[in-house]
Amino acid sequence: MSELTFKIIFIVAVFGISLFVAMYTTYAERKLAAFLQDRLGPNRAGPFGILQPLADGVKLFFKEEFIPRVSDRLLFIAGPAIFMCTALMTSAVIPFAPDLEINGTTYAMQAADLNVGILYLFGVVSLGVYGILVGGWASNNKFSLLGAIRAASQNISYELAMGLSIVSLVMVSSSLSLRDIVDQQSGWAWNILYQPLGFLIFIVCAFAETNRAPFDLPECETELIGGYHTEFSSMKLGLYLFAEYIHVFISSAVLASLYFGGYQFPFVSDLDPGPVKTLLGGLVMFAKTGFFIFLFIWIRWTLPRFRYDQLMNLGWKVLIPLAVLNVLITALFILF
Amino acid sequence: MSAMKTNQEFLAELPRLARPEIPYTTLNLGPTHPATHGIFQNVLQMDGERIVHGEQTIGYIHRAFEKIAERRPFYQITPLTDRLNYCSAPINNMGWHLTVEKLLGIKTPKRVDYMRVMVMELARIADHIICNSILGVDTGALTGFTYVYQWREFIYEIYEEICGARLTTNMGRIGGFERDFNEIVFEKTRKFLREFPAVWQEFEDLLLRNRIFMDRTMETGAITAERALNYGMTGPNLRACGVDYDLRVHEPYCSYEDFDFQIPIGTTGDTYDRFVIRNEEIRQSLSIVRQALDRIESMENVFHADEEHYYLPPKQEVYRNMEALIYHFKIIMGEIDPPVGNVYHAVEGANGELGFYLVSDGGRTPFRLHFRRPCFIYYQAFPEMVRGQLLSDAIVVMSSLNVIAGELDA
Repeated sequence: MSELTFKIIFIVAVFGISLFVAMYTTYAERKLAAFLQDRLGPNRAGPFGILQPLADGVKLFFKEEFIPRVSDRLLFIAGPAIFMCTALMTSAVIPFAPDLEINGTTYAMQAADLNVGILYLFGVVSLGVYGILVGGWASNNKFSLLGAIRAASQNISYELAMGLSIVSLVMVSSSLSLRDIVDQQSGWAWNILYQPLGFLIFIVCAFAETNRAPFDLPECETELIGGYHTEFSSMKLGLYLFAEYIHVFISSAVLASLYFGGYQFPFVSDLDPGPVKTLLGGLVMFAKTGFFIFLFIWIRWTLPRFRYDQLMNLGWKVLIPLAVLNVLITALFILF
Repeated sequence: MSAMKTNQEFLAELPRLARPEIPYTTLNLGPTHPATHGIFQNVLQMDGERIVHGEQTIGYIHRAFEKIAERRPFYQITPLTDRLNYCSAPINNMGWHLTVEKLLGIKTPKRVDYMRVMVMELARIADHIICNSILGVDTGALTGFTYVYQWREFIYEIYEEICGARLTTNMGRIGGFERDFNEIVFEKTRKFLREFPAVWQEFEDLLLRNRIFMDRTMETGAITAERALNYGMTGPNLRACGVDYDLRVHEPYCSYEDFDFQIPIGTTGDTYDRFVIRNEEIRQSLSIVRQALDRIESMENVFHADEEHYYLPPKQEVYRNMEALIYHFKIIMGEIDPPVGNVYHAVEGANGELGFYLVSDGGRTPFRLHFRRPCFIYYQAFPEMVRGQLLSDAIVVMSSLNVIAGELDA
């Protein structure tokens, strides 16, 4: 199998896995929410309701496609598309499993090993906010606009703190490639042990970047009706909602890779390269990702949401100074 | 917020006026907005996220109950009162019965009073469950709401055993109840008293000391005692400002003076205080229900006043007994000859003083009937309470005032 063929197959597989995981994250979210709230949750479509995501998708496709007369038609359609594309693009640099070696050929379990992987990730995630901004603005609705503005300012504010927390991580690992960072954390040498504060800042920012509770201000349904997606219907709404779950999946994978060793796990790291190691490594990676997805859901159904000014205060007055402090502390440790 | 500022004064303080050429944004919060539970509208003038001025529009579900009541015999007005504050319909029902009894001069036996107290306090708990859990929803925490809501359902099951209905109860009659409480009522109420406090404690733990929730609710929608009294606010919203005014104590009705309970009061009158006050009132109501239940069970099975002119005779009597048949006919047709006069009776509704002003000219219907609806008064204070605050605060304040559209518009 040529490398190109393998890459294409792998990219399609990653694509499929991202969509599949996102799909079942919606199911997990509903089931977990039901569990936390002492309810049953979806249980009609298939055994234990496992076909519910499919049913939801089909339902959304059959809904009326509504485009407000006063909206900017082109941007209105472009908004959800941009949001979905950028969400899917982020998975390119994530190393999902250790390299697979068959008959002397090495197959990397990563779509693209960029030497600036983290920067790429960062850039693409930042692009995602354009989807929200464009969609919210094109709707020509005040609630949508408020949601879009909130999303934009929130993402900009939290990206700074997130970037600074990654700076100190990069200082520890001296590489921008996600793969190098994961490879350095073999066994128990996970970055969380060296960067506990950085991890806390990063996870708070990850919640804000994915627009999940307690930072779900752009779409908070009790104030802004639906926020930036108030006017969207049918699968356009579906894309917005669905892309959020892809973001959750990718953020969880990034959290696992950057701070929890990705596919590294004590015995798995010691195995010889081969199908077994790849498989186990992949499982470890997905277990860690699953844990973070669970964390995302758990927090959403526990905490109330912030108010807009409090969110900004937290970002600018707490997280950024802390992140700078973290950079300084890390620098001191490296120096001495 | 001491004295109320005029709009001009308020606008003058805003830094935005450096560029007066930029107009404020008008935002229609309602009539169909997820936070305007029921239907009412706020036309807000916004400076970004900040509210410069708010103006309320009411009347979206005005059903002219006061006028309808002028064409109906007294007992047919009870179902109209259900639809005022539909979250605590039994309090409205009992308030109406007490008003008519005051007009007719009926003395109810103690057991009937205690039964009414029990039902009213259950209704108060149900209302406060809704208000406080919806406050959680409006700050973004849905879990507490769905978790405690099943206990509100349980209270509805108790209503169902008492009168057969759940939401709009049409409970009781002038002079008492239509039937005695059955065994299931006592059983279910005991179960409720046993199991609900722990559930409520869990709910409270989720929000009461939650940093985000405290930041969201403290100092939002604060109103001073003076302003609140000027508006005519009553109930938990007034008590949150530190005024210990509760009709159950100040003008006891329905033998409330026999019960031992406390009136929680707040200090700042903000959203957080209203939340805490309602939580504490639930505890006090539970204690009242417990006391009432003990007394009801230990007394003889009397469930109505012995007033043959006003209280419907038992059905089996109607078929056998001439007198009973006549009274049945007269009461059903509304020919009960009430005295001429006017009475005002108020009960401590779940969210304030719910009053009934009844003018009777001796005819079969009220000559004039007015409901004093606390929500109507709270909603007037709303623009003052949210002025200068953020959009998110407006939502939280609205839900903590517990404005029920049905009661607001009548």
